[in-house]
Amino acid sequence: MSTFLNFLSAAILAGTPLLYGTLGELICEKAGNLNLGVEGMMWVGALAGFYAAITSQSAVLALLAAFASGAACAAFYAFLTVSVRANQNVAGLTLTTFGVGLSLVLGHRMASHTAPQLPHELKARLASWALPGGLSLNPLTLPALILCAAAALFYAKTRMGLHVRAVGENPGAADAAGIHVPLVKYVSIILGGGICGMGGAFMSLITANGSWQPSGIVNGFGWIAVALVIFVRWNPLLAVLGSFLFGAFRSMNYYIPNRMAAIPQAFYQMLPFVLTIVVLLATSGRKNARRAEPAALGGSYFREER
Amino acid sequence: MIRIVKRPEAGRRRNLLIWAGAFVLALLAGAAFLALLGQKPWEIYGMILKGAFVGSRRNPLSAIQATIVKFVPLLLVSLGLTLAFQMRFWNIGGEGQMILGAIAASAFALYTPNLPQPLLAILMLLAGCAAGGLWALLPAVCKVRLGVNETLFTLMMNYVALYLVAYLQSGPWQRTPGFASVGSFSENIRLPKLFGVHIGWLLALALTALIWAYLRHTKQGYELRVAGESQTTARYAGMRVGRIVLRTMFFSGAVCGLAGMIQVAGIDYTLSTGVTGGVGFTGITLAWLAQLNPPAIALAAAVFSILEKGSSSIPPDIMAAEAAQVLQSILLFSFLICEFFRRYAIRWRAAKP
Repeated sequence: MSTFLNFLSAAILAGTPLLYGTLGELICEKAGNLNLGVEGMMWVGALAGFYAAITSQSAVLALLAAFASGAACAAFYAFLTVSVRANQNVAGLTLTTFGVGLSLVLGHRMASHTAPQLPHELKARLASWALPGGLSLNPLTLPALILCAAAALFYAKTRMGLHVRAVGENPGAADAAGIHVPLVKYVSIILGGGICGMGGAFMSLITANGSWQPSGIVNGFGWIAVALVIFVRWNPLLAVLGSFLFGAFRSMNYYIPNRMAAIPQAFYQMLPFVLTIVVLLATSGRKNARRAEPAALGGSYFREER
Repeated sequence: MIRIVKRPEAGRRRNLLIWAGAFVLALLAGAAFLALLGQKPWEIYGMILKGAFVGSRRNPLSAIQATIVKFVPLLLVSLGLTLAFQMRFWNIGGEGQMILGAIAASAFALYTPNLPQPLLAILMLLAGCAAGGLWALLPAVCKVRLGVNETLFTLMMNYVALYLVAYLQSGPWQRTPGFASVGSFSENIRLPKLFGVHIGWLLALALTALIWAYLRHTKQGYELRVAGESQTTARYAGMRVGRIVLRTMFFSGAVCGLAGMIQVAGIDYTLSTGVTGGVGFTGITLAWLAQLNPPAIALAAAVFSILEKGSSSIPPDIMAAEAAQVLQSILLFSFLICEFFRRYAIRWRAAKP
């Protein structure tokens, strides 16, 4: 039993950065923008969060710095795709190249002599809590859970949430109904980018055990987050389950019985991507009732070209 | 009130002017980035150029040769992706297709290393192209038959391919137990050299001309461009869009696979998870920077490889080599912004009386 609870705790720990990334990308996609820059924004957030943590010794400031840096990157992506009408895929992929490059360059400067470490006191405050019953939970997992619940309520229950969904489904109709389409897109993209940045900070502060590794910290989690948004059918509550499930795949090979360890580790790492492909296949089709994808996802909308 | 209106197709002179402007903007933005790092930007630019072109005293050509080594896969992958992009098919899977080409070529290098050299090279080349093409065909079939989103499908396939290599490295193709490596292949598989660089560069330049001619002057090239503009138009004109998509995606993946084979047989002489060096992603940036035009892609690939080779020769305590990625993305960002001014005009509209 305790092995199982340990495994569950490890899955939640490994899944939390995915949860931030997934929620951030989901918020962006709800407004019809497919932002392939998640990986880049997470890298930038990882660096900004870590730097803020070692200079200010405050976890709150670290998360805020990560949010701000991710949001700044996203704002530039929004400027490119909404105002300057660049293609979303091109702008997003380039944002990833930019973000990864920038945080490697700056991280290299930060770590030029010795690998910087989080101060002990802060590290102790960021240690996981042991919950009654044997489960452990990291304090920085909580904001992600709260944000997910808030997003679920927002999209399902509020008028503004309906407006955002309308922009993602049919921007032309939303525009005709008096919704300011560019504004909705800007706000969604920036908010989503900030949350992705927080996911990066979780990785540099918690996952990497409080020391900055010059070789990088995010390493592909941003792409898994893009996959997860599809996997959870654009549903913020399912995002929680999906992220922890994918987190479980990441930590599975430490917990499976020896007899099954004959399955090579590479296959466990491949599993999230294969599963996403299966989900893509299962839910495709132009007239599929289970289709949850925002109808105008990835498309551009310019009033003059309607 | 401001109003944004579409411009009529701009003339060649205006286009060149705007592109030159974009390049200058990128140089300035890149300089600002380097200044923020605490460096003197023009000195760094000078060091990048020197690093890319000026070799050591013993071998003055070594720098240019190393730049060309970086140039070849960038150009090939970008050309391959351009075929799909011209059709507005979002092939984000260049990385995976290149890896599959490398795997297939490595299979021949491992199992039939003693064939006569030219025969072995040709077999590896064909296998690399076929594997890359088939890997690209899977998402294409799903797109045509089931309408599956190709952007995400091809993206996921990259990682499946990557972990396939990780599996081979530490599984069936492992050389020494406990060490995840395929080991070095037999000398017999190495591509011959011309002017100190493997002949892949000749192939890449030939393919540039070939793909340019294919897109411009053949029926198939015309069909895929029409299908990219509007599938409805293509159907109305009696074209079989599904078939065009499948054929083009096979070619697109095959060219990326060729890049993987050349990387294995020309440079690495082994198979590793780092075989692509991120070229599958950089190639996308490159293709759009060059507006999907093969000769322009060759030019842009030259600029990108100069940035990469030049940056990697700067001591890391002055500037990390990854700065090349930042400068490359700044280049594309400023072209994206300037593209807006090429396509649209901003008009000031007087308030209505």
